[in-house]
Amino acid sequence: MNEQRPLTVPPKLEAARAGGLEADLKPRMEAQGLTVYYGKKVGVGNVSMPIYANRVTALIGPSGCGKTTFLRALNRMHDLTPVARVEGKALLDGQDIYAPGVDPVDVRRRIGMVFQKPNPFPTLTIYDNVIAGLKLLGVRRKNVLDEAVERSLQQAALWDEVKDRLRAPGMSLSGGQQQRLCIARALAVQPEVLLMDEPTSALDPISTQSIEDLMSELKKHVTVVIVTHNMQQAARVSDFTGYFLTGELVEFGPTSQVFTMPKDPRTEAYITGRFG
Amino acid sequence: MRPGGNLERRKLFDRFMLGLLILGSLLVVAPLVLVLGKVFLTGLSALNLAFFVEPYRPLDEGGGGLAHAIVGTLMMNLLALLIGGLLGLAGGILLSEYPDHPVNPFLRVISDLLNGLPALLKGLVIYTLFVIPMGRFTGLAGALALALVMVPIVLRATEGVLKLVPWSVREAGLALGLPRWRVILSLVLPSALPGVITGLMLGFARAAGEAAPLYFTAGGNLNLSFSLGDQVESLALTIYKYAGEPSPVRQEQAWAASLVLTLLVLAAGLLARWATRKR
Ligand SMILES: Nc1ncnc2c1ncn2[C@@H]1O[C@H](COP(=O)(O)OP(=O)(O)OP(=O)(O)O)[C@@H](O)[C@H]1O
Ligand SMILES: [Mg+2]
Repeated sequence: MNEQRPLTVPPKLEAARAGGLEADLKPRMEAQGLTVYYGKKVGVGNVSMPIYANRVTALIGPSGCGKTTFLRALNRMHDLTPVARVEGKALLDGQDIYAPGVDPVDVRRRIGMVFQKPNPFPTLTIYDNVIAGLKLLGVRRKNVLDEAVERSLQQAALWDEVKDRLRAPGMSLSGGQQQRLCIARALAVQPEVLLMDEPTSALDPISTQSIEDLMSELKKHVTVVIVTHNMQQAARVSDFTGYFLTGELVEFGPTSQVFTMPKDPRTEAYITGRFG
Repeated sequence: MRPGGNLERRKLFDRFMLGLLILGSLLVVAPLVLVLGKVFLTGLSALNLAFFVEPYRPLDEGGGGLAHAIVGTLMMNLLALLIGGLLGLAGGILLSEYPDHPVNPFLRVISDLLNGLPALLKGLVIYTLFVIPMGRFTGLAGALALALVMVPIVLRATEGVLKLVPWSVREAGLALGLPRWRVILSLVLPSALPGVITGLMLGFARAAGEAAPLYFTAGGNLNLSFSLGDQVESLALTIYKYAGEPSPVRQEQAWAASLVLTLLVLAAGLLARWATRKR
């Protein structure tokens, strides 16, 4: 990518290195004391964690603990919620996306998002859903668009199912297919970071499997953050895991370590299934 | 109620209620059918080629036609649709998509005011603001008055249907890195298009039927004119004037004008539906 700025090594990273991790780790993003308020209520408080480039970071934790809230803070989606207010920093390649003068539109162009509920554009065809971002950003050449559609749908493991009916409405797909369509749509604009909020919660095991496979492929080009309720999934797909509890980041570290020897007893209780 | 019990009686009751519903619906629709029927039957018999191609002629020359009023109606209403439609759309978008915008409270007051203001007074507003300074009645002033009739209707309809578009559509668009205006114009508005069009058509139909605001603005004109800079006649104005005339020729022309106006509104609605049909 572009040139790398000198980095301050976060303490967690040192721990990771001590644990024998690869030395080529670079944070693509970094949350620094990120807090999101809904009115007076804290949705998620004082979160600091790195998001390493070309790795999959999983966010786990019981329902309502603030995973979605944190994820949405990473691409300024809270800007649209009048009651929500964000404090702290979220760095993308060293630059705070909340700094004055930063255009949230640019931020979101670089940091894509897949939502918890599938949300294809209701009036558009499958084809047009995938290229919605590209087209509205001014890409017109048909072969470029065609290519983007096939590539993105392949990546989202949907191509084979829809290649013969690309002109059908996006809404005519099943829920799981719609979610993969949304993934394809997000991938089509080639974001640097992809935030996924429980992308497989509506999918059958086979599509889930293909999305999980997709992730290991994806991380060659993209940095992925995935919220999941599925422990096995987090263990399977992620390189790093953050555990949230009641609006706090309780533990962050390499997935293998978080799952085998968590430092916090609350994490251990959760992953061993004693609550949550 | 016992499950499965007394099936016969329940069926009968169901029939009875259904009958009541149908009767009620008929009662509501009947006046509409009667009015439309009368307009169609009486109007149709008064329609002829002269009606469409000839302008006003004195009665002793046969009375002529209403070409001048048809042309005037089309010119003024299309311009009014352009102005009033755009203003109404813009206002509706602002209220629905930028709920915290500082101009919104004013916008809402103005819209409510316009909505409650009799059309005649809208004509007076334009009379004061345009006709007096310009020193004469013009089709342009008439179109502006009709636009004032349309604005609150279009605005409310637009705001209403845009608010029905799920929030997730906007989020999905924004998350792709699209600017807000782009999301609204290219994704939200199309999702609500049928409703928006209906709003525009409601406004158009309402304005096309207004005679009162044109009195002090367009001023009426017995000659055929293709310029909005001149005084302009409209069908609604003609109906109002002719309906009270003793001459049967004029009264027939009023009926025919009613029919043409009705058909015009109907055709506009169908055209809009067709233009925005699902492809
Ligand atoms: N728009 C909002 N307004 C007010 N409070 C909110 C809003 N969105 C979320 N919250 C609150 O913030 C807290 C965190 O919610 P969040 O959606 O981030 O949880 P989550 O970890 O994603 O849960 P789940 O696993 O069920 O998706 C919850 O207590 C929730 O009630
Ligand atoms: Mg959530």
